[in-house]
Formats: sequence, structure tokens, C-alpha cells
Amino acid sequence: MTQASLGQSVVQKEIQAQNNGVSANVTQTQPLWLLAEVTYRCPLHCAFCYNPTDYDKHTQNELTTEQWIQALRDARRLGALQLGISGGEPLLRDDIEDIVIEAKKLGYYSNLITSGVGLTEKRIQAFKDGGLDHIQLSMHDITEEINNFITNTKTFELKKKVAAMIKNHGYPMVLNVVIHRYNIGHMREILEMAEALGADYIELANTQYYGWSLVNRSQLMPTKEQIDEAERITNEFREKQGSKMKVFFVVPDYFSDRPKKCMNGWGEVFMIVTANGDVLPCHSARVLPNIEFPNVKDNGLDWVWNDSPAFNKYRGDSWMKEPCRSCAEKEKDLAGCRCQAFMLTGDAEGADPVCSLSPNHHVITQAIEDSRNPAIASQPIIFRNDKNSKAIIAGELNDRVKEFHALP
Amino acid sequence: MSIQHTNIYAIALHHRFQWEEAQDCFVILFPEGMVKLNGGAGEVLNLVDGKRTVADILTELKAKFSDVPDLDKDIVGMLELAIEKAWLRQIN
Repeated sequence: MTQASLGQSVVQKEIQAQNNGVSANVTQTQPLWLLAEVTYRCPLHCAFCYNPTDYDKHTQNELTTEQWIQALRDARRLGALQLGISGGEPLLRDDIEDIVIEAKKLGYYSNLITSGVGLTEKRIQAFKDGGLDHIQLSMHDITEEINNFITNTKTFELKKKVAAMIKNHGYPMVLNVVIHRYNIGHMREILEMAEALGADYIELANTQYYGWSLVNRSQLMPTKEQIDEAERITNEFREKQGSKMKVFFVVPDYFSDRPKKCMNGWGEVFMIVTANGDVLPCHSARVLPNIEFPNVKDNGLDWVWNDSPAFNKYRGDSWMKEPCRSCAEKEKDLAGCRCQAFMLTGDAEGADPVCSLSPNHHVITQAIEDSRNPAIASQPIIFRNDKNSKAIIAGELNDRVKEFHALP
Repeated sequence: MSIQHTNIYAIALHHRFQWEEAQDCFVILFPEGMVKLNGGAGEVLNLVDGKRTVADILTELKAKFSDVPDLDKDIVGMLELAIEKAWLRQIN
């Protein structure tokens, strides 16, 4: 699945709304979003996938339909109302229709986040009848070459067909394009393609470096100049095009001075149930040390959200260290991403090294330098697939992960 | 933007407006986002149903909140905001 689509835009919009006379709680202690990562199996092999590189461990112990339905009910009772059905490729499960029907019954606004592979006329009709609210389709480029290269599959023509199918069934068309070195030069063409497909929303999600994309960071990262140009083209397109298609440009954190307010705060609005039932406050939280994440097979979601040590660990700011603890800006970003802090510096309570005030900021500048170093950047991409996941678990690719403090 | 009293609005396509017990407020849900509405905003949008005119909405809310001064301005302001945000579509 694509990354970055789940958190930021919804929360940004909610916060913006405060300034327009529409109130929203600042400290939200109910899960508004439930992300169901129903499987880690995937027919695509995207180099930038944020799923854990050891996902192969979790492909044999997926939750049953009944367990998913129970999770949906419990989360809804806690206040969750946006449901993302994701993966992996969720369509590899044959019970998405049942999950959609239950979601509708419970009053969720439901979203299928898909590569499009496996979406047939029969299934999309069943989703429509069952009450699925929208479908978010990942697109990769305007060229067949780059699409097929970065996903390591021949899926270009199929994606265009699926886009038309989504439109024909009266769904809003929401496209998500993960941006990296190989497609960032095609920004204008990508926007024009989205417009031609009749997209209502397009999210240009600059790669964030977690999971497979962290392993492939030096191969994927564009330059600052390329990002600035991409943003300029995006703004120009917005001005010219008016409000017909909403364009979101997710700014890449490595090139900012301050970190993102990751997930809008730990355990604030997001809850993720993964394929095997682990419940996480963010996609990659399992990389963090000294936390035992609860599992829906053992614990009710009420306890998980309100009382579990895992969900309370980084709520508020009492866990923060300097320079964050006394920082005037700490409420803005809550010290950034815990996973990034730990993966890159070995200190899960430290400042996100993206911050220029972090004593470890050099790891970010070094990563940017490495991505421009031909000797490093020309190493082969490690595509997300079962073979590579098994190899990473077996320690066969240690050279590519040894600089990180946990397996990405 | 000028809102005529004869205009009729409905919740925009692909948007859903509903009461949320757990949040104790009305919400608007749409692809990639949601907005929680405060009490007054929720009351206004709750009457936007594709049948009532703006005049109907004003009359009903003024009857319900007769002690609130300058209500017309607030209600029209809320409708303007909702139109600007593309939460509503005009159907006449």
C-alpha cells in the first residue's frame, strides 16, 4: 500500500477547520481513524513500501473475518469513524465484501486503499452494494517503464482500467502517487494524467523512509532542488486549475527544519490493527524497543486504547528529553516521529533527527549526502517481496540495514 | 458570494453528514478527511436536506433559538463557509 495518506491530510484539515469557526478538539483521546491492514500479502513489490521488511513472518497468521468484524465493532464503540482497509493488497482477501457490509452497518466512512490488482467488475459492484464509500488507488507514473520498474510488476495498463472502473461506478476518484527520484521529474504530467482520469483528489506523497523505503533510501531520495521544483509545479497547477481536483502535496520531512507531528500524536487519533492482530499507534511502531504491543486476540480495543502501556507510552510530553522538553515549539510537533528517532539514532525518546535542533541532525544530512553519492546510490534496489523479506529475516542483507537500530 | 433566501442546498456528493454519539457532535466525512462541527454549525447543516430553502432554515432556527441576537448573520455565515469548503451543493 501507499504511505503517508492516512494521517496527515485528515488531521491537517481538521485543524485548519478550527480557524474557520468550526471547533475541533486539540487533544483528541478517541480514535477517529481505524486502519485495518488486513494482509501483508501483495502482488506488487514496490521499492518504497513502508510495510515492515520482515512482513513474511505475518502472512500466515492473519485475523479471521469474525475477528476483523469484532475489531470494527469495538473501535466504532470507541468513536472511530474513518475506516481504511489496507495492506499489503487488501483484495487478496476474499472477505473484503463482508468487512465493507459491516462497516456500513456500523456507520463508518470506509475507504479501500488498493493497488487495483484484483479489482473486478463483480467485486466493485459488491462493494458499491455493500456501502463502501470510496476507493483510493495508487498510481506510480505516467510512463509504463517507471510504473513497472518501481513496482517490479507489469501493472501500468491495469491501473488505468481500474481508474475508469472506479469512475464508472460513481466513486470519487482518489489517487495516491508516492513521489521519489524516478517520478519526481514528471510532476506536471502526473497531474495532467490525474485530471484526464477525472480524479477528485490526488495526493502527491513524497516518500517517507520507513520499512522498505528506508532500506532503499539512497536509491529513492530526490534532491532538494527536485522537490522544490515539484512543489512549484504543483502550486502552479493548483492556481491554474482552480478547485476541481484537490491536490495534496505531502512535504518530505528530511528536507524540513522541523519534524512532522507524526500521526498527530501518539495514541491521539489513529489506531492500526495489523494483519496478525497487533494494535499499533502508527504503522512502524513495532521497531521500537521495550514496548509490548497488544493484540486483538488477547485484549479488547477499549483497554488497548485507554489503558495499555503501549498506547500511553508517548502520550503527552512527560517522556520528552532535551532539547524537546523545554522547546517552545514542542506542542507543534511533539518531538516528531518516535520510530525515526530510534531507527536513526538509537534513542526512542530523543528528538526526531529531522529537527535542526537535534544533536543527531547529522544523520539526516549524511543520508541526504549518501543519496547523492554515486557509489552508494547505485546499489541495487531491494524490492518488497517474499524472497527479500525472508533474506532480511535471515540476516542475508545485513549490509543494507546495519546502520539502523532495528530492522526497518 | 451571495446566498439567496430561495436557494436550496444539499450535502455535497461523496460527503456524509452524521451525528456521532462518541464525539457528541455532528461530523462531515469525506475522502481523506473529516470535520467535527461545533454545536451551532451542526444545527445549521442538520437542516440542509435538499428540500428546505435558506429562508426555511432561517425561520426554523430563529424559532428554536429566539433569544440569540443576530442569528441570521451567523447562519448565513455558516452556510457560506460550508459552500466555500465544498461541503454543500446547490440543487436549484
